[in-house]
Amino acid sequence: MKLLEHQAKERLRSVGIECPAGRVARSPEEAERAAQELGSVVVKAQVPIGGRGKAGGIKLARTPAEARAAAAAILGMEIHGYRVPSVLCEEALEIARELYLGVTVDRDRRATVVILSFAGGMEIEEVAKHSPEKISKLWPDAFAGPQAFEVRALALRALEAVGAEQALPRGRYLAELVPLVQRLFRLSQELDASLCEINPLVVTKAGKLIAGDAKIEIDQNAEFRHPDLVRQLGPDASAATSGDDPLEVEASRRGLTYVHLGGNVGIIGNGAGLVMNTLDLVKQHGGAAANFLDIGGGAKSEVVKAALEMVLLDPAVRGIFVNIFGGITRGDEVARGLIQARDELGVKLPLVVRMTGTREEEGRQLLEAAGITPGVSAPAAARKIVELVNAGPA
Amino acid sequence: MSILLTRESRVLVQGMTGSEGSFHTQEMLDFGTQVVAGVSPGKGGSRHLGLPVFDTVAEAVAATGADTAGVFVPPAFAADAIMESADAGIPLVVCITELIPVNDMIRARAFLDRRGTRLIGPNCPGLMSPGERAKVGIIPNHIASPGRVGVVSRSGTLTYEIIQALVREGYGQSTSVGIGGDPVLGLGFSEVVQLFAEDQETDLVVLAGEIGGSDEEHAAELIGRGFTKPVIGFISGRSAPPGKRMGHAGAIISGSSGSPASKVEALQRAGVEVADTIEQIVELVQDRLGAAPRA
Repeated sequence: MKLLEHQAKERLRSVGIECPAGRVARSPEEAERAAQELGSVVVKAQVPIGGRGKAGGIKLARTPAEARAAAAAILGMEIHGYRVPSVLCEEALEIARELYLGVTVDRDRRATVVILSFAGGMEIEEVAKHSPEKISKLWPDAFAGPQAFEVRALALRALEAVGAEQALPRGRYLAELVPLVQRLFRLSQELDASLCEINPLVVTKAGKLIAGDAKIEIDQNAEFRHPDLVRQLGPDASAATSGDDPLEVEASRRGLTYVHLGGNVGIIGNGAGLVMNTLDLVKQHGGAAANFLDIGGGAKSEVVKAALEMVLLDPAVRGIFVNIFGGITRGDEVARGLIQARDELGVKLPLVVRMTGTREEEGRQLLEAAGITPGVSAPAAARKIVELVNAGPA
Repeated sequence: MSILLTRESRVLVQGMTGSEGSFHTQEMLDFGTQVVAGVSPGKGGSRHLGLPVFDTVAEAVAATGADTAGVFVPPAFAADAIMESADAGIPLVVCITELIPVNDMIRARAFLDRRGTRLIGPNCPGLMSPGERAKVGIIPNHIASPGRVGVVSRSGTLTYEIIQALVREGYGQSTSVGIGGDPVLGLGFSEVVQLFAEDQETDLVVLAGEIGGSDEEHAAELIGRGFTKPVIGFISGRSAPPGKRMGHAGAIISGSSGSPASKVEALQRAGVEVADTIEQIVELVQDRLGAAPRA
């Protein structure tokens, strides 16, 4: 779940991290009034995705009239699949220097990492690729959090990496960054965030450190601890979790683990690793998977039906490949669910089912009797569905 | 022999009285595992599946000498359960639970590392040593067979497929370990592969990785530094596009990290033969061990 910029900044302010003065506007008139109050403003689209600037979703407005025009242009526009419902009008900062500060998960170290760089304002992935020496990291103790001396050492490393004068004297950076990093870390823990990022962290000409932009992502697995946030974000939250794909948004609404991939062979399987392998098999045999869909362990017939329905929502699908390993999941039960779902939904597309494991024989017999092609080996079944799809009407 | 789990292992199950816990504890017992206790706070003093139930892990350890814990508690309480077992001095914890908040796991890992406790999982099928008649987790009993292949994998059902395909051609396993599909895990591929290297009953290791993270690359580095046993590799999710999370919380190619090409190349550089399909894994095992396996 991604917070919108203005929501993320509200959280930053709540722990004492300074953000530019700003107002959320849902109409050009509101934007105009905000600019009357704040002076020169930056008008920013509030959508939970990056690349807003390049898409034309961020504009500088020197006067209230300009702010009104900017908001009129941005509101309602579509950025990477998100329609813009509101804009944030923020006082324009006098920028002396841009830093990057982030708190996120380091998989390799199985730890939280604090990342600081004086090459702010760019995507940190890009900096990491092209000038990794400009990125400094700190892995604080999971329980004690970052200590002041650790943050000072981090700041000194980051400063050393870029050399020379960096708008502020060294002592000021050390003094300013200690509470800032500690507060951001605390916030990331309180919110169960998988990412808390301030980029750019602006050093103003007046010598203050202010959060120019903010990104906060709440770990989906921890949403149960933050019902208030889930409520506040409403429908935006699920959309932001599933990305900008309408089919994925729909699947998330239905509680299904589904990823839209753009090909024409619908895929259903049990277990993430097995489904990934199924996609690979389809590709190896010259096909293109339409989706990833994992029905999980011990699935009952209703789940099988819901999965089939979901896959069929994608108009590009020309055939469906079901790959089931029966452990706790029983082959005969899956077969019954599939046959019932196919009949109820009136599925006319080719359907190839490969099942192995618990009660595979019973499952296969049921399928054959119902006119569904059962497969024994996964590669053979993959070849079969790709043939059927390629032979069918375009 | 086997790694991590033997017939001597004394297993307690946290969350044994729940529906998942009950079902799988019974399966573990049927397999022959020495399950000695259950832990369910508030139900101490009762019995379930013929086993004593305790309120705390410490009590269960004191009364039964348990040295291995299986965690079947819901995600909100799982990290706490893992830490409780570590605090009671249990050296091996196996956590099956899926959907645990990642920051919970980071803290649990730090807590465990200080106590020297090993963790398998979370979000994993657990582990099974067929020759020892011992398993902790949810790998189906009927698919496995004793033998000399070590299997280490991230996923559940894909691991079962591999085990089944191996058994069909006569290759049993010393131990099969599912390390889990989450971004923050206990033991990684490297640690498990190292254990297989030291196990006299393991002749060959099958390492089944997937996209995301760089655990496979780290294991490749270890193998490249002079590994004495053959390793067969496999990477699933090779057709997955970047930026999309493929079911497992950890299965995502982000930026330059986690791509299948990087994993396959790293493994091949280390002298690992990488199979494209499960059938090919079995063929490669056959090439290395010969057609008549020692069952």
